[in-house]
Amino acid sequence: MPAASATTEPTAERTSRKRGAPPARGAAPGRRRQFTTRRGLLIAAFMAPAAVFVAVFTYYPMLAGSQMAFRNWKMTDLTDTSWVGLKNFRDIVTDPTWGTVLGNTAVWVLGSIVPQLVIGFALALWLRRRFRFRGVYQALVFFPWAISGFLIGILFRWLFNSEFGVVNDLLQKAGLIDEPVAWLADPHKAMAAVTIANIWYGVTFFAIMLLAALQSIPDELYEAAALDGAGKVRTLFQVTIPYIRVTLVLTVLLRVIWIFNFPDLIFGMTGGGPNNQTHIVTTWMIKITQQGDYGRASALGLIVVAMLLVFALFVLLATREKRGTKA
Amino acid sequence: MIGKETAAGRATKFTFLGLWLVFTVFPLYWITVTSLKRPGDIFAFPIAYWPERISLENYRGLFGKADFGVYLTNSLIVATVAGAAATAISMLSAYVLARFEFRTKSALLMAALVTQMIPAFIALGPLYLLMTDLRLVDNRLGLILVYIAVCIPFCTVMLRGFYENIPDALEEAAMIDGLSRLGALFRVLLPVMRPGILAAFIFNFVNCWNELFLAVTLTNSDGNKTIPTALNGFISSFNIDWGSMSAAAVLTILPTMALFAFASRHIVQGLTSGAVKG
Repeated sequence: MPAASATTEPTAERTSRKRGAPPARGAAPGRRRQFTTRRGLLIAAFMAPAAVFVAVFTYYPMLAGSQMAFRNWKMTDLTDTSWVGLKNFRDIVTDPTWGTVLGNTAVWVLGSIVPQLVIGFALALWLRRRFRFRGVYQALVFFPWAISGFLIGILFRWLFNSEFGVVNDLLQKAGLIDEPVAWLADPHKAMAAVTIANIWYGVTFFAIMLLAALQSIPDELYEAAALDGAGKVRTLFQVTIPYIRVTLVLTVLLRVIWIFNFPDLIFGMTGGGPNNQTHIVTTWMIKITQQGDYGRASALGLIVVAMLLVFALFVLLATREKRGTKA
Repeated sequence: MIGKETAAGRATKFTFLGLWLVFTVFPLYWITVTSLKRPGDIFAFPIAYWPERISLENYRGLFGKADFGVYLTNSLIVATVAGAAATAISMLSAYVLARFEFRTKSALLMAALVTQMIPAFIALGPLYLLMTDLRLVDNRLGLILVYIAVCIPFCTVMLRGFYENIPDALEEAAMIDGLSRLGALFRVLLPVMRPGILAAFIFNFVNCWNELFLAVTLTNSDGNKTIPTALNGFISSFNIDWGSMSAAAVLTILPTMALFAFASRHIVQGLTSGAVKG
């Protein structure tokens, strides 16, 4: 039964089952043909509501927004919405904030993803084996996920408060600092603080994904490795990591895109301040939108899309590899 | 299994797990403690790690001075209606994508994926103009419609994963027993899917409950604000009133935490089967 085994080996089996699905339905060929029109109608009718909603409220504004990038479109003065070519793009690239924004985005993405991956992987490895209260532990550790990024920003804004913040208090008690640190008033320290908050938030995602992947590794592989006399470290690098390599790569790539696109936390924690020094690309875009310069915000949006397309390409290549090799 | 654990290995493991637990729980503990202090005690030295006198004054102020009850109601209505509608619509689209082969299928899946990658903010300006034309600005219905559209792509992918975990044989048997394809879907398949559907709804609900930027853009009057918009208002004022803020934060987090705890197993299953597959 191909369908039954689909639950144990999801990806590989599922694609092969699907390719063979229509003939396997068990009906005579004549009967199937008779249903073709009705089948088409059913597909159209079931897809229609989703398609209409997404087309009207997501795709239409997105496309409309793209053409604004080439126009003078300011909410402060809607009388002149003439085409201005690449002016909005030039304005972005020549803005003194742009360099800071790019640097911050790199710090934000890399500074978040690397610790998230390392800690998340460690958590997943250690949560593989059952222990008492493991369920409770998982529930507690996975909780940050239910909280909005914006609210997490607010939470950490309070923790890192320079006068009444508990972080300063704890560091002073531990003797690590003598005086309270004005975390969110200094650009570098503020970037460090928002990145720490994001690590707190994002580790869970890696732990969930990697734990699921680890649990799909057949025991026989470990038994074989043990028979070969492989130690802990060798087993990790020669059995575990190779087996879940594709999930690892995909999770990291998807996460890079997601973190890149994730302004909520910084918005709640510093609002891009002090003095625009903690903006990443997307928080800056929100600021420009709020100032009413839709043309410039859209131009920045298109730049983001172009950057993300490069990443998306990587994602697609990695997915293709997954379909091809793992069987 | 995964090899034997040494005593040293166990010690390292539980030390690490313990530290991470403290690190994870502490910010939540701290915001709760802050919210339970009397407004004056929040700014008292030395910093108290447990309130000397537990007080609900911050919470009372939230409902007295601020219209927190209104925001809470708005958030509940918007998140429940949008979450349920998006789940219902996605149940249909996910069914088709899981059980049929057709030419535009991969294009549709790609279209869903793209919405997850492109920053929503590129659409904020035009969306505001569109909603102005539709006379749906500063209107809860308008927010609901937009949220439905936001939830559909991922919800569809998630539910498709749940459908695919159910063997075709189940429907085939029902159809041999004389049910139509739709009958098999509604009377056999969907009842089996109930936990997955509930998880998808909760996932949508939490996302709508937490959403900030669309709400800030599309609503402005106090009567239509949702909680995140109200919190954003708390920040925009010059000095943040950390007493009200912490109480509001606790009230915002609690319901989503309860829901997540309730459905976490299925949500995790939906995420891991849906998200990575792409």
